[in-house]
Amino acid sequence: MQYQSQAVAKPYFIAAIALFVGQIIFGLIMGLQYVMGDFLFPEIPFNVARMVHTNLLIVWLLFGFMGATYYLIPEESETELFSPKLAIITFWVFLAAGVATVLGYLLVPYASLAKFTGNDLLATMGREFLEQPLPTKVGIVVVVLSFIFNVVMTMLKGRKTAISLVLVLGLVGLAVFFLFSFYNPHNLVKDKYYWWWVVHLWVEGVWELILGAILAFVLIKVTGVDREVVEKWLYVIITMTLITGIIGTGHHYYWIGAPAYWQVWGSVFSALEPIPFFMLTIFAFNMVNKRRREHPNKAATLWALGTGVMAFLGAGVWGFMHTLAPVNYYTHGTQLTAAHGHMAFYGAYAMVVLTIISYAMPILRGRAANSNKAQVVEMWSFWLMTVAMVFITLFLTAAGVLQTWLQRISTTPMSFMATQDSVAIFYWMREVSGVVFLIGLIVYITSFFIKGETKAS
Amino acid sequence: MATRFTKSMARNIFFGGSLFFFLLFLALTFDTNQKLPKRDNSQNLTASVIHGKKLWETNNCIGCHTLLGEGAYFAPELGNVYKRRGPDFIKAWIKSQPTGVPGRRQMPQFNFTEQELNDLVEFLKYTSEINTNNWPPNIEG
Ligand code: HEM
Ligand code: HEM
Ligand SMILES: [Fe+2]
Repeated sequence: MQYQSQAVAKPYFIAAIALFVGQIIFGLIMGLQYVMGDFLFPEIPFNVARMVHTNLLIVWLLFGFMGATYYLIPEESETELFSPKLAIITFWVFLAAGVATVLGYLLVPYASLAKFTGNDLLATMGREFLEQPLPTKVGIVVVVLSFIFNVVMTMLKGRKTAISLVLVLGLVGLAVFFLFSFYNPHNLVKDKYYWWWVVHLWVEGVWELILGAILAFVLIKVTGVDREVVEKWLYVIITMTLITGIIGTGHHYYWIGAPAYWQVWGSVFSALEPIPFFMLTIFAFNMVNKRRREHPNKAATLWALGTGVMAFLGAGVWGFMHTLAPVNYYTHGTQLTAAHGHMAFYGAYAMVVLTIISYAMPILRGRAANSNKAQVVEMWSFWLMTVAMVFITLFLTAAGVLQTWLQRISTTPMSFMATQDSVAIFYWMREVSGVVFLIGLIVYITSFFIKGETKAS
Repeated sequence: MATRFTKSMARNIFFGGSLFFFLLFLALTFDTNQKLPKRDNSQNLTASVIHGKKLWETNNCIGCHTLLGEGAYFAPELGNVYKRRGPDFIKAWIKSQPTGVPGRRQMPQFNFTEQELNDLVEFLKYTSEINTNNWPPNIEG
């Protein structure tokens, strides 16, 4: 570790992994409820499990992004962090808020939670992914602002690189677009229209800046390729991201009451969104092929390459599959959406966080890389989780294609519930893949405890 | 990439391009807002509908159902349920939950008052009258 204050990243990474475990457990609960409808009912109704699953996902990714930032900003800026103390305080505030929110979902009926937490003052709850009570939403804003303050102050007193500039732009964008979660008009069409300014402009906009910056940082470190080359790639990729992704928001405006011209704008621009993801893959492989050094951390390189490939498959290929308006007319809101959501979130954002953890954690623990034995176990977990996610996606895709056919295209359309019964076999297979995913995650965690010979960093 | 293409050129294209497309997005958003009143059924946003929307949110209905295709995929689309089932069926259905049929997906009991049930139905009626460019493809949602 070059700078003492980089150490604050460690608790962020540990919390991210712990919450990831919680996310997967609730995913498995829901997966079972898909086929055994009354499982854990009424103790944990499906909607409660879903909130826990998706909110834990968002929170652990945010922990990962913050940890990544605290790790790489001092090194990029070549100076200690402005205030390590503030970073630790916000860590505990964020963790406490996250845990309290999840306990609230699990222990209090949602309507009562809304009443106790001031939803009558400003109604923001009860919308997908934005279910958090008002105090939690305010807490997120406060934590993120103090975090950005800390990072910007650090940058100002040190070297300003393209990587840190792009990262901070992404983080500022994350904060700014989150503010739309406080806007919930009575008019349902407007509610939905601006809801996507959080969700779409996050994952297909500003988060891609964060993704690109973290990946670029790790690639410089593990390959030793010239910074000029890496940073030029980074700019080109994120340029493509924003010129396709901003107007690409239109692929969510086809059927929610917005004007029909969005079918053209949305289809054309979102059809180009796979380009930056494709470039990201090419970039990662290119840099590794041109490497100027053999970094001892092979696992981190594997995660970096995996991120490129899986992000392209999940976001690029699976996104393209249903993004053209005439296709989306039939697939909108089916298991195909879920298939895409899973592989894209895992392939892009979960994997980039696991990449930086894989690179940084050994250094934070005082060695350049883990022992060979530990790395082999970590690489096993990479394959278990990644292949399990590929199968989850394939089974959900099969379920989605059948669902679309039986319920929407067929001349004698079946009801929703009857359709669900006829595709149950695929939900069972998804659940089995989910168990393999959990095993992969357990293997991942054990890799942290495997000793062996290591070199000092 | 050609060596003549420098990093600062790449950065300038990034800032210029992003700004341009963001402004274009704002312009389209402005135009959308102008056109919405003809499509979004907002003339029927009564106090009852508004309260119905709040009940929809504070009971997290979106955690199982889709509404105009967005939400969870565990339970049926409700954007057009008013047309599919009608007001009386919807109220009777909500009141009779959970079914308790072994192995079947279960919907909780929310203990709504008669007034609250009416408001929810009004909200679903309002939603079903939004101009969605003919989505969903058929009545099953
Ligand atoms: C890493 C990037 C991405 C992530 C994390 C992501 C994630 C998601 C998620 C979670 C949803 C479901 C939202 C909901 O619950 O309603 C969704 C919907 C959608 N995504 Fe993506 N996505 C990404 C990139 C893309 C790209 C690049 C495309 C197009 C090429 C795309 C096309 C779509 C479409 C068309 C929908 C709407 C599906 C529907 O109508 O039901 N996505 N995405
Ligand atoms: C054991 C593995 C997993 C299982 C069994 C599982 C199961 C589920 C289920 C049943 C849903 C709800 C679908 C619905 O609304 O009907 C869901 C939603 C979701 N899960 Fe997972 N999940 C797993 C892992 C993951 C992972 C690893 C990620 C991302 C890194 C993830 C991200 C999501 C997202 C983004 C949604 C919302 C999707 C949408 O709105 O389209 N899940 N999951
Ligand atoms: Fe999108």
